[in-house]
Amino acid sequence: MNLIDPKIINDFPILERKINGNRLVYLDNAATTQKPRNVIDAISDYYNNHNANPHRGAYTLSVEATSLYDSAKETVKKFINANSKDEIIFTKNCTESLNLLAFSLSGFFEEGDEILLCVSEHHSNILPWMRLSKDKNLKLNYLYVNDEGIIPEKEYEKINNKTKLVSIAQMSNVLGTIFPVKKISQIAHEKGAIVVIDAAQSIPHKKVDVKDIDADFMVFSAHKMLGPMGIGVLYGKKHLLDDMPPFLLGGDMIEYVYEDHATYAEIPFKLEAGTQNVEGAFGLEAAIHYLEKIGLQNIENHEKILTEYAMQEMLKIPYINIYGPMDLEKHGGIISFNVKDVHPHDVSTVLDSYGISSRAGHHCCQPLMRYMGINASVRISFYLYNSLEDIDVFIESIKNVRKWLGYGS
Amino acid sequence: MDLSQIYTQLIMEHNKNTQNKRALDDPTIVEHGHNPSCGDDITLNLIEKNGVIVDASFTGSGCAISQASTSIMIDLIKGKSTEDALELAELFIKMIKKEIEDDNELEKLEDAVAFENISNMPARVKCAVLPWHTLEEALKK
Repeated sequence: MNLIDPKIINDFPILERKINGNRLVYLDNAATTQKPRNVIDAISDYYNNHNANPHRGAYTLSVEATSLYDSAKETVKKFINANSKDEIIFTKNCTESLNLLAFSLSGFFEEGDEILLCVSEHHSNILPWMRLSKDKNLKLNYLYVNDEGIIPEKEYEKINNKTKLVSIAQMSNVLGTIFPVKKISQIAHEKGAIVVIDAAQSIPHKKVDVKDIDADFMVFSAHKMLGPMGIGVLYGKKHLLDDMPPFLLGGDMIEYVYEDHATYAEIPFKLEAGTQNVEGAFGLEAAIHYLEKIGLQNIENHEKILTEYAMQEMLKIPYINIYGPMDLEKHGGIISFNVKDVHPHDVSTVLDSYGISSRAGHHCCQPLMRYMGINASVRISFYLYNSLEDIDVFIESIKNVRKWLGYGS
Repeated sequence: MDLSQIYTQLIMEHNKNTQNKRALDDPTIVEHGHNPSCGDDITLNLIEKNGVIVDASFTGSGCAISQASTSIMIDLIKGKSTEDALELAELFIKMIKKEIEDDNELEKLEDAVAFENISNMPARVKCAVLPWHTLEEALKK
């Protein structure tokens, strides 16, 4: 296993920035990632040379915009190994993808049916299902993790004949746990449930194959994988998407509209109302090209080395408490922790003064935080442009936190 | 950003001080305040008699800035009339927004002036003003 060539940091203009007089050490990649020059250039190239409304005009520019949009879908299709580009729906982000699903799948449920989530889900993978459950009198169940952030075998017995849908993140944005989604998908399918995979934290960092997992639906956001903000993906098996009513109604998603009734277009158009984020799609395609050039296996290996080193150094500091699995085979490049006696926000403020971007708070996972019995934590998360030197800066800085807050060491 | 302007000795002392962080027997006013984005969460307890705050305390959890700001506020409002306390809240919020033209006005805020520099750190402003907003809510009921 090798680290990625450190020269790639030159591809990321923002990494030249100074923060409070120090080199920027960006460790909030689970929130959003920085963008390589080819993504930034793609967006400006789109507006400099190709911009028009796709799918509408019979003129050259509109045809070009349509072709760029379709090409982005083809690239996403290959990236996740879908069967057809019609199975790729562009949305605003993961959150919108999940809201779309909870709305458009509502007809699949009957009173008393069960929806199963994991307690570590992000609010965006809880709230849409919670509202649906309340509206339709469904039961919302949770898989609980153990002290190490792993789901014990026995929990899977909660998947039963009443379970109609299981929605779970492949990687926890707090604990860093990589959950066995292929196995969960298999158990859920045996009971006839629909399987939704939230790949927001996993797909930027490792190869994700919808056929291998056998996901019925999968959602992710471009901005967490080097792409622009404001564009996300909903993958769905064609026969399921075909049966779903549209989420948003409006332009571009219709067949015929009369004064008192209407018929809708086929997928993917049916689920993409209004003018789409073509610049975003083009930027996402550029991001995927960049990731494939570096290689997802290389990215996964790189982060594994960084995570192992960071954990090893953090474990030497007695007043740091780390959450999540210690087994690095089950742990992606996210580390959540607390510094004894110091609130996470103060930790994050002190780290920022040394140029380090970290995240503090509940990470949009209040049920998990409550379950773990903590109010908040600090989180650092890695990506391909981080280095062992970044971790050294972090370790040196974290050793100063307690002093700044008036504790001896 | 100069951390020593934020994490001053006074703020650190109040952060660790538990004198004001305690339950209160028979409070007449209890107000809950929190910052949902970061998890600062305080409950302000007041005993008000004939328009005067005779005792005050808080419970809860949060960052050093929110905890110290609450403790300093409690020292300041104890023994004051509710009108004077509301005036101080208005003054504190004005200070954070850099809307005070006459520096002499700040004297009334006593130790709470320690938070003047927090306005240079927009991400932490909400921590410092949390107790004061909670006090406003409590007294306006």
